Amino acid sequence: MPKRLRRANPPLGVMRCVSHYALFCAFFKIGICGFGGVAGWVRPILVEERRWLDDREFAELHGAASVLPGANTVNLAVMLGDRFQGASGALTAVCALLLAPLAILIAIASFYDQFAAHPAVRQALGGAAATTAGLVIGNAYKLVKAYRGQARAILVAALTFALTGIFHVSLVATLALTIPCSLALFARAGRTPP
Amino acid sequence: MSPPLTQLALAFATLSLGAVGGANATLPELHRQMVDVSHYMDDATFANLVALAQAAPGPNVIVMSLMGWHIAGAAGLAVATAGMIAPSSALAFAAERMFRRLSASRAIAVLKTALAPIAIGLMCASGLVLAHAADSGGLTIALTLGMTLLSGLTRINPLYGIAAGALLALAGGAFGASS
Repeated sequence: MPKRLRRANPPLGVMRCVSHYALFCAFFKIGICGFGGVAGWVRPILVEERRWLDDREFAELHGAASVLPGANTVNLAVMLGDRFQGASGALTAVCALLLAPLAILIAIASFYDQFAAHPAVRQALGGAAATTAGLVIGNAYKLVKAYRGQARAILVAALTFALTGIFHVSLVATLALTIPCSLALFARAGRTPP
Repeated sequence: MSPPLTQLALAFATLSLGAVGGANATLPELHRQMVDVSHYMDDATFANLVALAQAAPGPNVIVMSLMGWHIAGAAGLAVATAGMIAPSSALAFAAERMFRRLSASRAIAVLKTALAPIAIGLMCASGLVLAHAADSGGLTIALTLGMTLLSGLTRINPLYGIAAGALLALAGGAFGASS
């Protein structure tokens, strides 16, 4: 058995002891469920099903994971895995996340021609993709709700949404504008109440 | 034909650290590397592989794994996946450690508070982008709206909604409705 890597961490909100096995199960589920992208699945599983984080902690973690380069969900798995079980927890979460999708991908790739040409498969995948888009929007709505009454947070979220979603400004340019704006807004008025 | 694996690893490691915004934001650069610069595949193959990776479950980053598989088989898959995941994960790991070590500092608290609404805005935008890509007619628009309401207002397991969406689209296709 690898030796336990939990350290005396500073308190982190609702953080509690989460085992390697629990990390593996949660991220395996995120990986295997995410047809059409995992974006819609991370919040329901981590916040609603496992209750490892509340909406605001999730938004903060997701913020760091999406600003850093690399796949957001992989970054999030690394950060949350490390938070609960150190380096081995990070490795566990990432492997769990990728294991099933890679196996399924290889299986699909092996008989791609028959698979992709089938109209029924295309219809079903199209329906799944449209529903997944709704799932992402519904999740975003719940996060917005967690910040209701917080004018600054809503303003920054709206600005970010408008730049990337409506005006199709590149992500790097959007971040170059929104991060300083957001920092200035939140630094001036001091720490927000939890 | 088969390129040295080190070259492949290097190409994906570069993509990894440049991939601000996740795998989908990297697709133009991936296309440039795979098709224009290295000639590992043609345009049509590239598009097919992207569509295939999006049909599979999991994070979109597995499109890189599939490219590796196409170029150099199992070894290519391993090299591409590790090349794409390892550098950015190491950075995320270091960032998480730094955040935690400095968690008492006000600067980190402000930074985390400031990044959260940006992530929310990005998630709203990706919902819109996904809807735009997936919604091609009345049925798919209805599916997106229905799932938005279902997941926004209830805590129902998303799998039911997505399975229902797939089945409805299948039924719609069978009865000749425009999807």
